[in-house]
Amino acid sequence: MQIDVRVFATLRRYVPELGVGETIKMDVESGTTLVEILDHLNLPREEVKIVMRNGRQADLDDAVQEGDRIAFVPAIAGG
Amino acid sequence: MPKKILRINMTDKKATYEDVPEKWSRWAGRALTSAITFDEVEPTCHPLGPNNKLVIAPGWVTGTPAAPSSGRTSFGGKSPLTGGIKEANAGGLSGQKIAKLGLAAIILEGHPKDGKWYTLVLNRNGVEFKDAAPLMGKGMYEIDEILGKTYPNTAIIGIGQAGEMKLSNAGISVNDSENHPGRYAGRGGMGAVMGVRGVKAIVVDDTGGPGVEIADKETFEAGRKKLTEAILSHDLTKKGGGLPSYGTAILVNIINEAGGLPTRNFSTGQFEGAAKISGEAIAEVIEQRCQGADSEGTMGHACHPGCIIKCSNVYPDESGKHLVSCVEYETAWALGANCGIDDLDYVAQMTRECNDVGLDTIEAGNTIAVAMEGGLLEFGDGAGALNLFDEVRKGTPLGRIIGQGVEATAKAFGVYRVPTVKGQSMPAYEPRAIKGIGVTYATTPMGADHTAGYTIAPEIAGVGGKVDPLTDEGKADLSLTFQAATAFIDSTGYCLFIAFPILDIATGWAGMAETVAGVTGMAVTGDDVVPMGKEILKMERLFNEQAGFTSERDRIPEFMREEALPPHNVTWTITNEELDQVYSWVHNGS
Repeated sequence: MQIDVRVFATLRRYVPELGVGETIKMDVESGTTLVEILDHLNLPREEVKIVMRNGRQADLDDAVQEGDRIAFVPAIAGG
Repeated sequence: MPKKILRINMTDKKATYEDVPEKWSRWAGRALTSAITFDEVEPTCHPLGPNNKLVIAPGWVTGTPAAPSSGRTSFGGKSPLTGGIKEANAGGLSGQKIAKLGLAAIILEGHPKDGKWYTLVLNRNGVEFKDAAPLMGKGMYEIDEILGKTYPNTAIIGIGQAGEMKLSNAGISVNDSENHPGRYAGRGGMGAVMGVRGVKAIVVDDTGGPGVEIADKETFEAGRKKLTEAILSHDLTKKGGGLPSYGTAILVNIINEAGGLPTRNFSTGQFEGAAKISGEAIAEVIEQRCQGADSEGTMGHACHPGCIIKCSNVYPDESGKHLVSCVEYETAWALGANCGIDDLDYVAQMTRECNDVGLDTIEAGNTIAVAMEGGLLEFGDGAGALNLFDEVRKGTPLGRIIGQGVEATAKAFGVYRVPTVKGQSMPAYEPRAIKGIGVTYATTPMGADHTAGYTIAPEIAGVGGKVDPLTDEGKADLSLTFQAATAFIDSTGYCLFIAFPILDIATGWAGMAETVAGVTGMAVTGDDVVPMGKEILKMERLFNEQAGFTSERDRIPEFMREEALPPHNVTWTITNEELDQVYSWVHNGS
């Protein structure tokens, strides 16, 4: 099944080929968890502060579903 | 030498230095501007009348050697935009220089009977009242350039044409280290309050000033070290971290992802063009345009000397030269997503216009969005939006309406979707999708203001804990705690962004309090932050009550209860009773 993955801000250093605003289309097995996707992309776990699934906070152990929109977020804040 | 209060009466052009009275002796920054406003300004006075005042105060630690990121200046009084108490603070050069002149605060009162305008020059010898005629009708870029030549290496506080016209969205500019305008006490129309006093600019020359006394150097130094370590070790604020790398606009993509980026006048929570106006996009523009040695665009720009976070940027024009500093998250959102504009160059040019004419970017962007909804121009029309600033500059009837902010413009164009609380428009976080910040918008004495109680930290960023943004539960308490802590931090002179590292790193929190204890000699610890913050909030809340505010003013606009916000299709559901609990302690004990 296919999912969309977005990687933001300082985490983009680990996927340098990804342009601003671009998404990673991934084909994954049913039951794949968010942490497996994170590891597959070689994102350092300690730098991923928030994971979002379809715009909501998610846990790294959550399994993805067909068509999910996933986002990995590092330490962010501002104003 | 104890600090003094400098009282400048513009009616008789008299400046007097007063001892700080006992009742104000504990306070600085926001606490002091609010205390003076509470004690000296009639709550029911007209904000543009003779009985309002402009109070300017650096924070407790501002002007001390090496207290990191502590250059804030608070500007307070009664707001023409909200009709309530206001404190707006800014970075730039002014805070440190005012503090080094030995001043706890400047109180600007009265107004010239002859209708003349003045530039005030503050130095160690006193105050000079200079004829401001050569500056009249000019914007802040020209004013900073002119005054910077006559008074090099000074802080320049000034108002653009909007402040001259006493418009409700007129801000107060402070120059940065490159002597450009753009560090703004933007919110609430305090530029109009300065204009009423007949003051176009204030030059602060701290040469030979007495500096800031530190009561207990050992405690101060221990606290400074802890705070500095926290800032420089946190992933957000350390060198190469999120804020110095991408600026505050690092949030554009994230808040959009969470469905909380107000788009096209708060009609949806996601903008299809978000990535194009994001911090990542700004960084890319700078990299592309600033390869040459004489390039001026940069990320990691410090808004004042001694900032170790450096979240500001200098956005370049096509040749790599300074176009504007700074394109913030709020700016990129207000003048971008909220107007349906996805072109960073238009956003940057409009930001420059705000800085020049002297307008708050949040209120300006919201105003244009409301005008777009009212049919003045189409959403997404960057060129049309940019032209509106010239209308304000020239003082045309349309420009004067736009310069009054969202509520006046909504009335002029018959718009119902009006995203304001207490007359001040909302910043870049949708309260329907991020409920805690909505509680802050509704209940802070300042009118809708994210900085008054930034629950985004736990609701979105996972800083200081992790809370679901879409739920109502516990948000009233969360907002109050953040509002109280913020009132304290706004009084320290530290940039509010120190809150992110110290919410996660306990020694940093303690260190902040120790620096305050060290400078003032007061017995302040980290445990005193929230209780002291509540004392400040109480003064502000009571001022508003005496100005005629009731709990009915602590409400989120009706349309947010009626219209479900995509993509989560959520409405505002926190009850009025829950909102009224936030400040119930003011009259019922703590």
